[in-house]
Amino acid sequence: MSDRLAVRKTYKLYVGGAFPRSESGRSYEIQSADGEFLANASRASRKDARDAVVAARRSFAGWSGRTAYNRAQILYRVAEMLEGRAAQFAEEVRQSEGLSRAKCAAAVGAAVDRWVWYAGWADKVSQIAGAANPVAGPYFNFSVPEPTGVVAIMAPQASSLLGLVSVVAPVIVTGNTAVVVTSEQRPLPAISLGEVLATSDLPGGVVNLLTGHTSELAPVLASHMDVNAIDLTGVESDRRTPLEEAAAENVKRVLPAPPDEPDWSADPGTRRLLAPLEIKTVWHPVGV
Amino acid sequence: MTATNWQYAPAPESRDIVDLRSEYGLFIDGEFVEAQGGATFKTVNPATEEVLAAVSEAGAEDVDRAVAAARRAQTDVWGPMPGAERAKYLYRLARVIQERARELAVVETLDNGKPIKESRDVDVPTAAAHFFSYAGWADKLSHAGYGADPRPLGVAGQIIPWNFPLLMAAWKLAPALATGNTCVLKPAETTPLSALLLAEILQQIDLPPGVVNIVTGAGATGQALVDHAGVDKVAFTGSTSVGKQIQRALAGRPTRLTLELGGKAANIVFDDAPLDQAVEGIVNGIFFNQGHVCCAGSRLLVQESVLEPVMGHLKRRLGTLRVGDPLDKNTDLGAINSAEQLARITELTDSGVDQGAQRWQPECQLPDRGYWFAPTVFTGVSQSHRIAREEIFGPVLSVLTFRTPDEAVTKANNTPYGLSAGVWTDKGSRILWMAERLRAGVVWANTFNRFDPTSPFGGYKESGFGREGGRHGLGPYLAV
Repeated sequence: MSDRLAVRKTYKLYVGGAFPRSESGRSYEIQSADGEFLANASRASRKDARDAVVAARRSFAGWSGRTAYNRAQILYRVAEMLEGRAAQFAEEVRQSEGLSRAKCAAAVGAAVDRWVWYAGWADKVSQIAGAANPVAGPYFNFSVPEPTGVVAIMAPQASSLLGLVSVVAPVIVTGNTAVVVTSEQRPLPAISLGEVLATSDLPGGVVNLLTGHTSELAPVLASHMDVNAIDLTGVESDRRTPLEEAAAENVKRVLPAPPDEPDWSADPGTRRLLAPLEIKTVWHPVGV
Repeated sequence: MTATNWQYAPAPESRDIVDLRSEYGLFIDGEFVEAQGGATFKTVNPATEEVLAAVSEAGAEDVDRAVAAARRAQTDVWGPMPGAERAKYLYRLARVIQERARELAVVETLDNGKPIKESRDVDVPTAAAHFFSYAGWADKLSHAGYGADPRPLGVAGQIIPWNFPLLMAAWKLAPALATGNTCVLKPAETTPLSALLLAEILQQIDLPPGVVNIVTGAGATGQALVDHAGVDKVAFTGSTSVGKQIQRALAGRPTRLTLELGGKAANIVFDDAPLDQAVEGIVNGIFFNQGHVCCAGSRLLVQESVLEPVMGHLKRRLGTLRVGDPLDKNTDLGAINSAEQLARITELTDSGVDQGAQRWQPECQLPDRGYWFAPTVFTGVSQSHRIAREEIFGPVLSVLTFRTPDEAVTKANNTPYGLSAGVWTDKGSRILWMAERLRAGVVWANTFNRFDPTSPFGGYKESGFGREGGRHGLGPYLAV
């Protein structure tokens, strides 16, 4: 018996819970770390980015309205699904990043653990970021953190899976929805992550993944009037200024991003968790 | 006998308590100094158009001097000072504001045009309370949830509006100073006097030179402050359009930014709301401070079934509002702060008429001199009208209706702003249901326009970002 011919995977976008090709019909070639042809990835267009914002906005009320317990369960489910496909992801990370098998396995393990870490935050963030405020009057005054809304994320360019998870999980755990532009040259683990998300009870549209040219998609999202916040981690620091200027048009929150891509295996802390939040203060009357 | 027949005797607060100088310099490094180019501008009493004083106009060189003084003070004195000592300065400041409360209130009313009862009962006491509350944070920062030893950012450039001049100065200075930053404060060009009186108080409490510097001037002065590379943090309260300019100007720079911008708040009245209380709340929501309030309840959403009784009560109540001399203790509505603002209010209300809404104003005599606008209510307003979308920042209320709670939420959230909202209902569960869904930073239930130093305040969406008040107000001034 001869070896059977492999069925190659087509990598598409992940928008609104579906896996469409780019409406533009464009694709671009993805190579492995050592220069071999890996796949043709969809090259998302400006229209795809706008469609992704629509999907993210549509899913926002439902996702942010879920109980914190339910969001925790779903993020934990993502970790379970990822763990079950660890070998596949390790191989895709190895192809993309060219690291040793051991390092790739460690990165996938860390990515699983990161989902677990953030899953646990869902029902705790209000208690560290909220407050009951002792105002001088007959009111029960309390402050609660709420999700900012639709967050555009320029994912890290180097770390194709752990970096991606490290920027997406803290945004969605609190109820935000996300439009993510994946690593431009290493997008394949991201699209496979879309398959994990699609099978983890995460509602369609909460995370939307666009492969393509960051320089083409970032300006569309930075200037989009229905995007509430933007993370420029995956944009070189000397190219961020025009994007930050565009973001001012609707007072987008520009989330803190390190100048260079950090070591994603470090303790993430709470910074990325707390940044895409708005504090709401309610004055409730007290009386008989 | 109806209420309108009552005659009130004049009850003016005396202005003798205030000893205004004819000229004020900039407050830099603990001293009043002239602007380098010698430029000055005049500040007027908007109720009479009388010139109150000539004030120095800071140019870029003056801003540079102020930032340098702030930097020295931060590095050498204020930063290294133990928190408990910083606290004592802030407690002193709160106390002297209380001691000189009447003087501050009269100056505020003269320069701003707001009724003396508001400056006396709201602006000044709330400013003192803000310093008093934040004083206590200065030596407790390691317990505030920002790490074991949170560090200040350095020099804060702070730009404040003309609607609550002293109170906004307190909201800016108190958290910045408590956390160990030093400040360069730019008051609004039409209302510099209470900040300059505050500078005299800072001398009185022996605050080390350079810890607070006050540079008076207009937009160009503010721009020089924003553009200064030595400023580590910019805090701005004002219009959304200027806020966007500042955010754009800071793009690509490490300078931290917080913005407290405009609003178009919905004040939502359900059919079970206690009517008299709700009407008082509606009046307070939009006519407090002549409507010069970023969180003003400028869009009244009334449940359709009670529109008639609400409007009937509201119009009767507005007929009793007393518009006139801001120094009179019985005055409800004072002067519009400037001719420029009056023109903007007039232009927007004209657009309301042009677009087909019905304008109603109670009968009232406006003074001959000064800048005045009668309380105004528009009915028949649709969501697309400019008066329902744009911030008017004046005593103008737009009335819309709704049938279901869902419709109220949808209409309330149908705005790029998100600063505040009001809900009037007898039902506690409905208050919380509404509060969960309103995309606004502050939700008042059966009350409106209430402020407290412990209560975080700030916007969603294009109303800005960052919070002032409470523990949350410390974060924007700490390197975290």
